[in-house]
Amino acid sequence: MRQARRERWISLAMILPSIILLAVFVYGFIGWTIRVSLSKWNGVMPDYTWVGLENFRQLFTSEGGVAAQRFGIDMWNTLFFTLFFLLVCVGLGLLLAVLLDQKIKGEGLFRTIYLFPMSLSFVVTGVVWKWIFAPGTEDRLRGVNALVSAIGLDGLRWGWYTDTTSIGPFHVALIPIIIAAGWQMTGYTMAMYLAGLRGIPEEIREAARVDGASELQIYRRVILPMLAPITLSALIILGHISLKIFDLIYTMTGKGTGFVTDVPGIFMFETTFQGNHYSQGAAISIIMLLMVAVVIVPYLIFSLRREVEL
Amino acid sequence: MKKLFNPTRVGLYLLLILFALIFLIPVYVLLVSGLKPFVEVEDLARMWLPPQNPTIRSFADAWAGVPEKGIRGLGQNLLNSIYLTVPATILSSMLGSLNGYVLSKWKFRGANIVFPLMLFGMFIPYQSILIPMTMTLARMHLGGTLAGLILVHVVYGLPITTLIFRNYYAEIPTDLVEAARIDGAGILGVYFRVLFPLSLPGFVVVIIWQFTNIWNEFLFAVSILQRPEAQPITVALRNLAGGQVQEWNLVMAGTLIAALPTLLVYILLGRFFIRGLLAGSVKG
Repeated sequence: MRQARRERWISLAMILPSIILLAVFVYGFIGWTIRVSLSKWNGVMPDYTWVGLENFRQLFTSEGGVAAQRFGIDMWNTLFFTLFFLLVCVGLGLLLAVLLDQKIKGEGLFRTIYLFPMSLSFVVTGVVWKWIFAPGTEDRLRGVNALVSAIGLDGLRWGWYTDTTSIGPFHVALIPIIIAAGWQMTGYTMAMYLAGLRGIPEEIREAARVDGASELQIYRRVILPMLAPITLSALIILGHISLKIFDLIYTMTGKGTGFVTDVPGIFMFETTFQGNHYSQGAAISIIMLLMVAVVIVPYLIFSLRREVEL
Repeated sequence: MKKLFNPTRVGLYLLLILFALIFLIPVYVLLVSGLKPFVEVEDLARMWLPPQNPTIRSFADAWAGVPEKGIRGLGQNLLNSIYLTVPATILSSMLGSLNGYVLSKWKFRGANIVFPLMLFGMFIPYQSILIPMTMTLARMHLGGTLAGLILVHVVYGLPITTLIFRNYYAEIPTDLVEAARIDGAGILGVYFRVLFPLSLPGFVVVIIWQFTNIWNEFLFAVSILQRPEAQPITVALRNLAGGQVQEWNLVMAGTLIAALPTLLVYILLGRFFIRGLLAGSVKG
């Protein structure tokens, strides 16, 4: 018995350093950031004078002036970026997975090509696509503009990520960024779907074939419904990535003219570390945290509970 | 039964090849521009065409810098990335292995609450801990140092390394653990004699995953390290490519240099990379 108790203590001693580190660095620091977000610290020197929700009010009401304007644009940009980014990743990822599931020769090579961007830094992706979509000037066209012009399709020339036009609240300058992000992350959904497809027993397809279903029908009626849980996981994982996106856009375009490509991650970083508006930066980061938590917390609870039942 | 020429199959392969080519456009761009001398990069009419006089000069310049043009080389920053990534990867993997062992074979009361709370740490937007983190590092005299950045990467790497090892050890039969216990092994004995020797595949997955993530990371690095000569390569690359760039040959060569380590790991050990990738979605 003494032995067992001693071992219990050893097991706790093995994991305790990690628990303490995470308790401080995650929960302690989040608490600290919340405290900063409720303070008047918008200068170089720390100032923890309590102002309640003032910093949040500044972001959401017209009293906030440029900050509120910028934050409003950021939220719309986040919404549209997330929406189209998820659409590209799930749609294209599923398509590629289904194509690769047709007993393809050289499947490994194709898979490697579709997935390699996942191994790169968002900074690398940002730099390359910045080159590709750089519009250039009227007499010195660059990137895709130079390409379409060379093949006589000058109608397809536009400002890409420098374009300031918008359709309603949607800034078209986001399109090149969505393409870059989709290029990087589509392989992820493809890999998830492919793993899912490989997990479906051949007997199920056989049974459907015996019942006279065509290959297309088998996919639509049998296989796609079985992949629904994977779609949900992919939406949540990719969705939370896009809610906190920073590196890619910061490298590729920055906030853009008139904030056309700005997102909360960039606003937070600039206002905090370049503008010394620590409390405002903290408030933005807490809003980001809440958005991510809404998506992630139910997912964590659900997937761990399901695990316990198994 | 099988036809020699099946139009559907041909269409299938053409589609796959088309997508592969699209995915490779950035690689083409990197190679083509990186291999050009500066005069050719300036010739925008040929920007999508291969170099006429290919040279590796841009790679040498991107590595060593061009002081007379005020361009910093990335060589020092690549070394910084190595000094950062290697210790941070090893430390977070070892701690993750210990945590995974305890959480899979020595479940304590409350583990079902502690574990999800640990996991949440890998999903948070790091902006929400950035201000206290930089202040704490400064107070620990680790502000602006690689050691500080290593500490940060070890801590925020714990959730994913713990998760992967916990799931990995859960697959190892408890019978093995029981047998070792009967032979008189204590908790550490079981770990070092039974679990650890079986851990190699788990370590490969975790090490590759951590190496890739820490090498590629940007936000922590740019927030903690302000001195250009101390920054890892992702931050230095962004600085090189920032603003109105003229020397795109240098930037592209530098980008390839920055991308090569993780790309090589992926190409050589892709199978393990994918396992880490899928483990990140909690259940995989």
